Amino acid sequence: MNRMNNALELVKKLRTFLPAESVLHETEDVRPYECDGLSAYRQTPMIVVLPRTEDEVAGILKVCHALKIPVVARGAGTGLSGGALPHPQGVLLSLAKLKNILGIDPAGRTARVQPGVRNLAISEAAAPYGLYYAPDPSSQIACSIGGNVAENSGGVHCLKYGLTVHNILKLRVLTIEGEILEIGGSGLDAPGYDLLALMTGSEGMLGIVTEVTVKLTPRPEKAQVVLAAFDDIRDAGNAVANVIGAGIIPAGMEMMDKITTGAVEEYVHAGYNIEAAAILLCESDGAEEEVAEEIERINEIMRQSGATEVRTSRDEAERVRFWAGRKAAFPAAGRVSPDYYCMDGTIPRKNLASVLAGIEALSAEYGLRCMNVFHAGDGNLHPLILYDANHPGELELTEEFGAKILRMCIEAGGTITGEHGVGIEKINQMCSQFKTGELEMFHAVKAAFDPESLLNPGKAIPTLRRCAEQGAMHVHRGKEKFPELPRF
Amino acid sequence: MQEIVDQLAATIRAAAASNAPLCIRSGGTKDFYGQQDKGRDGARGSILDPTAYAGIVDYEPTELVVTARAGTPLMQLETELNARGQMLAFEPPHFGIGATLGGCIATGLSGPRRASAGAARDFVLGVRMLDGKGDDLSFGGQVMKNVAGYDIPRLMAGSLGTLGLLLEVSLKVLPLPAEERTLRLSMNEAEAIETMNRWAGKPLPVSATCFCDGELTVRLSGATSAVRAARAVLGGEEIAESSSFWKSIREQAHPFFRSGKQLWRLSIKSTTVPLSLPGKQLIEWGGAVRWLSVDPEMDNETVEALVRKTAKDAGGHATLFRSQIPAAAVFHPLPPVMMNIHRRLKEKFDPMRIFNPGRLYPEL
Repeated sequence: MNRMNNALELVKKLRTFLPAESVLHETEDVRPYECDGLSAYRQTPMIVVLPRTEDEVAGILKVCHALKIPVVARGAGTGLSGGALPHPQGVLLSLAKLKNILGIDPAGRTARVQPGVRNLAISEAAAPYGLYYAPDPSSQIACSIGGNVAENSGGVHCLKYGLTVHNILKLRVLTIEGEILEIGGSGLDAPGYDLLALMTGSEGMLGIVTEVTVKLTPRPEKAQVVLAAFDDIRDAGNAVANVIGAGIIPAGMEMMDKITTGAVEEYVHAGYNIEAAAILLCESDGAEEEVAEEIERINEIMRQSGATEVRTSRDEAERVRFWAGRKAAFPAAGRVSPDYYCMDGTIPRKNLASVLAGIEALSAEYGLRCMNVFHAGDGNLHPLILYDANHPGELELTEEFGAKILRMCIEAGGTITGEHGVGIEKINQMCSQFKTGELEMFHAVKAAFDPESLLNPGKAIPTLRRCAEQGAMHVHRGKEKFPELPRF
Repeated sequence: MQEIVDQLAATIRAAAASNAPLCIRSGGTKDFYGQQDKGRDGARGSILDPTAYAGIVDYEPTELVVTARAGTPLMQLETELNARGQMLAFEPPHFGIGATLGGCIATGLSGPRRASAGAARDFVLGVRMLDGKGDDLSFGGQVMKNVAGYDIPRLMAGSLGTLGLLLEVSLKVLPLPAEERTLRLSMNEAEAIETMNRWAGKPLPVSATCFCDGELTVRLSGATSAVRAARAVLGGEEIAESSSFWKSIREQAHPFFRSGKQLWRLSIKSTTVPLSLPGKQLIEWGGAVRWLSVDPEMDNETVEALVRKTAKDAGGHATLFRSQIPAAAVFHPLPPVMMNIHRRLKEKFDPMRIFNPGRLYPEL
């Protein structure tokens, strides 16, 4: 059956229990769903469905399962790895209409929300109780909690407060057969295997999340940030190690290189020293006395680590201004370049200087500028490669440059993705990070949930054939380097 | 060291080939935990002992990550971390001198600091393991943030060796708190539950709580100034023998844990009001764990039905943590859809079902 007939039959079936406006199939209606935050990859889906209830989601899955039609879940569509890129013969399942906060339990410090609820909306709803939802990805104003679960999103505060996986208690999940799984519980653990961990970061490939119970955290009494400038990026890297070595876990620790500070300063006037090779933002939060004590120690460590300038936010307005520059890094990249490509490797921090030097060398080799923004506390690098898609071939060069950065991250003992997910974007690099047996195990885990591979097929885990075809070299943990994939 | 891995892999392959079950065991300190006699044909199988695969592989305090081999004695690991001013923040119970890192992660048990710092699974960053075919596989890594591939490292935590043999584990570690103080306040159970939850909703450095015999004991950990400030707010009497008290709770050496015949663990919503159950209770984790020591004369089946229902009604589950009845069901029954997924996962990791069969559930 061709795509057209398939689509019409499916639309007919779905409209028996969904209103007409919840099932989109005209090209102009499905076009807006052709990509997520990674717009370099586009594909119109066969149809788009917009269920309003868990029952409707279950109905859709049952129909798709019976007809063997692929299902790609989508939250707010802010993802950066193409995880929600539609399948040409599939259904794009938007969970945007499941956007109710079902309940906040201030005494138990939890919130029960539907997957389409925005990350920031949870904290806003919890604010009257002095509570908030800790993980704060940069896109928190727009990204949905369902998407956060799918990607195991982090944020600038995750060194101290954890990732999504550390901040959720319970999920309601629909299997591809449309059956409900309750994962986790109202307590702090659950019987059996830790499926909560397995679901978190599984990129919509194991099940469809229809409800999330998140942990809420008490809002700290006070927060203050130290802004330090360094004339050598290695000193900045050492300063980070020295802060942690002194037994301090900062609420946030961010680094920006010179090209980044230059770009953002012009844009938001955060007061950064644009002559510095790198600047560090180091935040302390907690009780009044605790913050005072910690900030004093951080100041001293920054100076001892060779900072050329150290400033402490004097009030909340200044703290927000110091952060504004960091938060504007991506838009600033958009201002200084027609296009930019954001990478997401994570490395052991001790290798920061050598990886940055490597990126600089690649930047010269490819003739493409690269801004470096770094979640310094947890080793998560976000190099932003600046390019112009209107120059023929430049996107391809950019992707090649990016792939080399990721290879370098693996060689440095790190990973190709810290928080953005593999999606479609980094699927080839998975062949470098994992051995055949490991990739096979990932496929097996998927098959345990979705034996016919209907949920987001073709994402996150490459087929062995794909790895063999691109002749990927396995560079696991930087120790071994040998092409060891079987030939088909 | 690689020859030990090769040897273990060979044993696994031989067991898989002859369809003979293996019982993974190092120090044997947690032998009591899990289903006792539901192995294949009632037999646990021959011992697969990874104790020799021991030692710290990589530890750099400023990276906040340690990688160690599964046979590493937990005590040695904690001593090394302590010497560098760091700790395993989930405060794992040892339950004996021979406890190893492998057993600690395989059981996934956490101690008093769990409610504030997180559980064993929260600190697992990566694992190297042998699956049921004897294949040497690594998942996760040595970095804090890593979303490449499914989170198999955390899946291994608490899987009781039923999915594979752990070889190496990478863990996030945290600095030791600058200051710790323990306070004790007299109150009734309902007040204690309300108090623990109220404190948890405020930015206070509470790192452990325990209610038993009309006394709420609370530990404060963190920056000296924060602990001092909280000390003034919370009131109560400061106790001197602080670390030995928390150790007695963690290791279940406290007299409460030895008082009955069966020890149940109910993991429930922290705000649940006092539970009416036969026996004596001790509360931990801010109200989220209720230990129940059951009267010797009670009939186990009656107790089990009541305990499981009570835990379920409170949004959680119950575990028969220690028991003198080998045939008793230990872990909370899973709904059929959930059990199906468990069965299929087991089949993928351990196709011949040789690792610790029945230790978690008779079906696995």
